[in-house]
This record gives sequence, structure tokens and C-alpha cells, in this order.
Amino acid sequence: MNLLENYEELVAMILFAIGFTMLVFARNLLKKIIGLNIMDTGVYLFLASMGYIRDALTPIVPPEGEVNPMDYINPIPSGLVLTGIVVSVSVSALTLALCVRLYKKYHTLDLDEMYMHMKREEE
Amino acid sequence: MKNKFSEKFSSWLLGEVDLTEKIAEEKEQPSAVNPSKKDEEEETKIIHSLEKKEIKLSFKEYKVLSVIFCVILIGILTATVYFLPTFAKSDVPAVNEVYEHYVSQGRDETGAVNTVAGMILDYRAFDTLGESFVLFTATCAVLILMDDKHKTPKKEMHETVNYSRDPIVKSIAKILIPLILVFGAYILVNGHLSPGGGFSGGAILGAGFILYAMVYGEEQALKVLSERKIKAVTICALSFYCLAKSYSFFTGNEFNGVHSVISAGTPGDILSGGLIMPLNIAVGLVVCCTMYSFYMLFKRGRMN
Amino acid sequence: MDVLMNFPFITIVLSLFSSVVAFAFKGRRARFVTYFLLSACAVMSCFVIIYNLSSETGYFVYRMGHYDAPIGNEISAGLLEPFFALLFEVVMLLSVIGGEKRIFSDIPEEKQKLFYVMVNLCHAALVALCYTNDIFTAYVFVEICTIASCSLLMASDKGRSLIAATRYMIFSLIGSGFLLIGVILLYSITGHLLFADLYEAITHLHSEGSYDFPLTVAIGLIVSGLGVKSGLFPFHLWMPDTYGTATPAASAILSGVISKGYIFLLFKIIFRVVGFDVFFGTGVQNILFIFGIHGMILGSVSAIRAKNVKFMIAYSSAAQIGYIYMGLGLGTRTAIVASLFQIVFHSLTKAMLFISAGGLCDAAGGKQDIASLRSSAHKNKIAGAAFLVGSLSMVGVPMFAGFIPKLLFASSAFESSSRMLLVLVALAVSTMLNVMYFMRTVLTVYHPCEGGASAKTRVYASFAVCALIFVAINAAVGINSQPISTLLEKGIELFANVR
Repeated sequence: MNLLENYEELVAMILFAIGFTMLVFARNLLKKIIGLNIMDTGVYLFLASMGYIRDALTPIVPPEGEVNPMDYINPIPSGLVLTGIVVSVSVSALTLALCVRLYKKYHTLDLDEMYMHMKREEE
Repeated sequence: MKNKFSEKFSSWLLGEVDLTEKIAEEKEQPSAVNPSKKDEEEETKIIHSLEKKEIKLSFKEYKVLSVIFCVILIGILTATVYFLPTFAKSDVPAVNEVYEHYVSQGRDETGAVNTVAGMILDYRAFDTLGESFVLFTATCAVLILMDDKHKTPKKEMHETVNYSRDPIVKSIAKILIPLILVFGAYILVNGHLSPGGGFSGGAILGAGFILYAMVYGEEQALKVLSERKIKAVTICALSFYCLAKSYSFFTGNEFNGVHSVISAGTPGDILSGGLIMPLNIAVGLVVCCTMYSFYMLFKRGRMN
Repeated sequence: MDVLMNFPFITIVLSLFSSVVAFAFKGRRARFVTYFLLSACAVMSCFVIIYNLSSETGYFVYRMGHYDAPIGNEISAGLLEPFFALLFEVVMLLSVIGGEKRIFSDIPEEKQKLFYVMVNLCHAALVALCYTNDIFTAYVFVEICTIASCSLLMASDKGRSLIAATRYMIFSLIGSGFLLIGVILLYSITGHLLFADLYEAITHLHSEGSYDFPLTVAIGLIVSGLGVKSGLFPFHLWMPDTYGTATPAASAILSGVISKGYIFLLFKIIFRVVGFDVFFGTGVQNILFIFGIHGMILGSVSAIRAKNVKFMIAYSSAAQIGYIYMGLGLGTRTAIVASLFQIVFHSLTKAMLFISAGGLCDAAGGKQDIASLRSSAHKNKIAGAAFLVGSLSMVGVPMFAGFIPKLLFASSAFESSSRMLLVLVALAVSTMLNVMYFMRTVLTVYHPCEGGASAKTRVYASFAVCALIFVAINAAVGINSQPISTLLEKGIELFANVR
């Protein structure tokens, strides 16, 4: 229950908020995608810090002998981060491809300007 | 007045005019008399500049709004963090029986020394199945967007920087590419023994092929790894993943009366961990093909 | 008979596998894979419903792997899960077949195959969302659903549809971001990802009073994330462009199925993860109630202003989704059943409206604005009839599906005295507005032809059959609604009580 002890989560949340704000409010599509990636990075940092236990090892156990669980960090968040990274790679690729197509068509990365161009084209 | 409205209403009913639109037009009419003499071109210019101004005006408000929004969001999340369990302690809720089971018995049950690999490819394999299909979905989506082989003639494609004539780049790449590929394969195959696995190994393999394409030119790269090969590898790997996991899901439920013949093997051996190594390879191939085709589609706009 | 318990898992893996198979096909032939898949899965879902109706508990859990749930992963099926899977499959099948000719004409030929791949992937994701019992698996499949549905949009390959797809994607990403951070917050305070364990932990935390604030924030984030994705009122801005520019089959799938899939997941999370009482303790439902009522009225007002017929139907979607959230906000048992019934009705009717509007636009020479649709129903009689039935159903005329949820909403309003008046007034106003814009379009469409004989456009058999099946289902649900509402009631009981 202490902000200073939870500094890693705090930083993660600030990153999330910044990225999220960029995703919502940035006008440039590329900046939106950068925001998306910052947001995802914040989420991964949060997840990774959740699995961390002080003075514990990476969860690669010796092939033989008893294993004391408290010697190793929590493997579940690591797996979740992996999933998250794959999802964010896919989503970034898709949005970047959309950007390329839209830029080729309208020569701008601003959604509102694109909308204006489109309206004019249709008239 | 009433009569007029009813007329309007009936014409709107028949879909001729828009009710609200009409009112708005009427209001605008007096101001619209003056600029009627001007050139059409100029008019559009004025409209354009006006629209630009509007965008710039709202831009300031927009910025203020976004900062306020960000601060509020940070405030809420900071307050949340304040109440969260303490960082890096071993008495947090996430350290529970599931975690203990994964670490203490994961090795003997799955045969994988790397607990994370055992977790994502055995215990929670359904998630990972979804994950590799996220990649597949993204490949198809980028293919829909970028693949315009029927539109752009080949001549229009222009190389920005050509590394194939650069002796330094070429000779370093000659040493580096095999190393990268071997390292990627190592990470892929040792996924259940050491850090790594399908996703990281596949990304390294993909990076190796992308480097090859950059240095030797895309045409040469496509001779080595053509569209058909990429497709075949992706389809085979994903089908294998589906079938293998269907088998283990099916045998996992006792009422089906079938028991899995796949054993966990001796932990620590290269051929251990049951399905984990083949699945790692399948995932790695999918990731590698996805990376490579992303590069090709973004760079060339097509895959052949 | 235990073999039937494999069916949920087979539907998920089969639809993933068939997307790979369709990718291997060349050209349009991929569509047969989709047709086969959707019909096979619909039959399997029927079997699961019958199995659960005849079994004692009416509920089973299926292990996805060799280990029991908190260690491994699992899916579960009660009554609602296979029922909604069946609904989604039927609607998708009918809209893909009914819009087949438009898919061929709207989408460039080399991309048609990928369109069908995406339909398969959408289906896989939706079925997985229906059956899953693990919150992180749900997140993964939500992402598949997002990417695949966005691809359905941009397959049309026009500037407008690309912009609409970008908008849709951005809103979806906002929703995903909220959902993901909410899920992770829940994990950090409970340490579980499985629905049943999460429920236990959350009830415990709630009774203890520890972590109250993070719990509320997490629930709020998850609800708002899924709300944004499904087009809850203030976030419905992506809807008109998205539904208006895509090919009719894609609009039908997006509005009829995808957004309903997210809402179903939300119901599932509220009942099976958070628990109904804890959810009501947070006060999130009041916000949903207010947004729902606003959506019901303002969505309809926007629909009245729309000139394009597809935009009009899209805005009416925003209004109808408002009904669902209003029911959720009311929170009585009848209101919840009404909301679920609203999902069923809206998913069937909206898909029918989009498909028939596509037929009418074809008859009018490809134009979409309402004025040029005049007397197009005479050129394509079946599309006109389907549009008429859809409109009557939307308005809430008895004997059609739309009447039942409205009736249930009204009767549920009497259960909560404080909100009775508000709900009844909102229902009345929204219905009036519905009457205005739908009847106006129907009148336009059925306007008598000038000069008598008008050239009839060719009506494709696939379109006619699908439109008629849609009409038949709609009438059947409207006339004989009792079995479905009983099933929904039983299902929601199972949802709330059996774990």
C-alpha cells in the first residue's frame, strides 16, 4: 500500500495513460500507432513487474531434484506478456498497412483531412 | 406556416428532402448570396482555407482536452496502484497454488525444464493456439491491404538504397546471416530447455531472412523463399498445430476413453517435453513467415 | 452420448482449421468451406443445446488439455453459450449466402478468398468467446475478432471503407486497451484468470472490503472496454461509416454478430466473473443505464436525420444496443432476460435489414440514399418484403420478434419503482422515433411506380432464399416466443448459480 514501493507499477500506469491519450487524441495516424505501442509497453511492464519476486530466479528449473517454488518468479505473467506482444505486433502491422494505403490515396495522415478529401472526391 | 411544415413533412416522408437539412439551408441563404459571382476555383480555395483554420482552431482546445484527459487517467490509475499489492513481495495474491504447481510440478508433468514454455504450450495451450491465429489473421489482413500485384506494374517499384553493390555490407552479411539463422534455429529447438521458444526463435529467423532480402535484393530472396513456399509452410505449421492440439484436448477428457500416447520424456533432454518441441517449431515457422511476409508486403507491395 | 460434450471444442478448432484450409483454396471456391463450416457448426450447437436440456445439470465443463482448470484451461457450456453460438452461426450463414452476389461485385476478385478466411476466423473467435471460461483466453479471441472484423470492412477496397476501417480499428483498440488493463488489474488483486476462481476471489474480496478501489476500477475498465467495442452510445461514432460503407454481408455480420459477441462476453463476465451482486455494488450499472437511455433516443434522432439508408440502419443499431444496456442497467431478472432477447431479436433483424437494403439498393441502380430508393420494392419484391418485415419488427409490431423484448422491458420497468417512469417514457419515445424513420423508408420504398411498368431487376436465388428464411425465423420467433424466453431464463439461472 505504498506508491514509492510500487514505483514500477506506477511508471507502467503512467506509460499506459500517456499512450492511451495519444491513441485517442493524436491527429496523426502514425502518432496514434506510436501511442498504441507505448500503451502496450506500459501493460507489459505492469505484467512483468507483477510476476517479479525479489531475489528469485528465472523460472527455468534444474532437470533433476526437488524444486522449491519460492526460489523462482511467477511464470504466468511472462506467458501473458508473450501473448500480449504477439497481439500488439499484429495490430501494429495492420494499422501501419492501413496508414500506407490511406497515405497513398489521400497524401495525408490526418483522419479529418482524409475525410474532407473523401467528401470532395465524392461530390 | 403550418401548411408549409406539413408539406415539408410529407415530402420528407417520401424521402425527397431531409427535414433538418432544409431548415439549416434556409438559415444559411442570406449569407450565401454574395460570393456567388466568384470563380469556382477561388471558392473552393476559400472553403479549403476556412476548413484548415477551423482545424487549427480546434487544435488548441483539443490539446488542452487531451492533457486534462491524460491527467485524469493518470490520477485514477495512480490511485489504483496505491491500493495494489506491494511490488516484488512473495505474499501477493498472484503467488498462489497455480504458481506453485507450475514451478514445482511443471517439469515432471510436461517434461519441459523451462516452466514458461511448459505453461504456454501445455497447460495453457489454448491461448497459444489463439495467439498463432492472431498472427495468421494479421498476415491475411495485411495481404488484403497491401497485395496489389494486379495494379502496380513492376517497373514502378524503385529501390531506395541498394546494398547489393556495397562490399562491406555484403561481406559482413555473408558471415552474419548464417549465424543468425543457426542461432534462431537453436533458440527454436531449445525452447523447452532454455529461455526462448517459438516466438523469439521465429522472430530471429525472420530477421535473418529479412537481412538477406535487404542485402541481396528482394528478387533474389523471393527465389529462395517464394510466396508459394511461405504459404505452404504457414498452412502446414498451423494445420499441424491444430491437429496436434485437438489430439491432446480430445485425449485430455477421460470420457472419450482414449489416452494420450505422448510421454513427457526425461526432463533436460533435447527430445523431451512431448509436443512442446514440435509445437515450438510450428509456432516459430509461422512467426518467421509472418515477419518475412510483412517485410515483403510493406517493401514491395506484393509477394512475387 | 458423452461424445456430444466434444462438440464445443470441435466447433472452435474446426473453424480455426477451416480458415487455414480456405486460405489454401484458390479464388471464390473458399466460400464453400465457409458454408460447410457454418452449417456444420450450427448443427453441432443444436446438439449441444439438446444434450444440455436433457441432462440433469444442464451444464458441463470441458478440459482443454490434460489438467484440471486452474492449472490448465477449460471451456464450459450451459444453455446460453450454445444457444448464442447457434444464433451467431445462423445469422452469419444467412448473411454470407444472402450477400454472396454483392460480395462478388463489391470486393476485388483476388481478395474474395481472404474475405471468406476472415469470416471463418470471426466465427472461430465468436464461438470461443461464447464458450471460454478463462478471461485471458477471452482477451486473445477478442483481438482475433477485432482484426478479422476490421478486415471484413477494408476488403471492399474503397477510400471510404478504408477510412471507416481505420476509425473502427482505433475505437476497437481503445476498447482492447481498457479490457486488457482491466483484466490485468483483476489478475493482480486476485491471482486468478479462470472465471470460477475469479468469482470466488472477488466475492471474498468484496465481503472483506480489501482492494475495493482497484476492483471497482478494474470492473469499470472491462465494462467500458467492451462497451466501446460493442458501440455503446457515446462511442457509437464509428458505427454509421463502418456499416454504411461495407458490403452488405460484412455490415450484417458486424452489426448483427460481432458487436453482440462482445455484449455476450460482457454478460458472461458480469454474471460469472464479477457476480451480479458485486457488480451492482460498484454503481457501474447506473452509468450503463444512463448511456443506454441516451443511446435509445439520440441514436434514433440521428437515424431520422440520415439520408443514406444504410446509415439509417446503422444509427438504429446504436439505438437498439442502447436497449440492451438499459436492461443491464435496470438489473431485474426480467430486464436481463429482455436484454438477452433483445440481442437475439436485433441480431436476426439487423442482419435481415442490411441484406434486404443491399437488394433494394441494387434494384435502385446501386444508389444508397433514401430518395433514390423510391419504388424499388416493386423491382425486387422479396427484398421489399424482407425490409418491410424487418421494419415492422424493429418498430415492435406484435407477431414479430421485436415486440417481445419491448414487452419484457416494459414489464420489467414495473419491478423497479424508481425508474419505472423513465424507462416507460424512453421506450415510448424511442418507439415513436422508430416508427417515424422506418415507416418513412417503407413508404418510400413502396411508393407506386410512375408510368406503370418498371423494369424488374434480377433477383438471385441465394438472396431470395436467405431473405425468406430470415422472414420466417423472425415471424416464428415473434409468434412463438415462449420456448426462447424460457430457455434464456433457464440459461441465466445457470449463469448465475452453477459454477
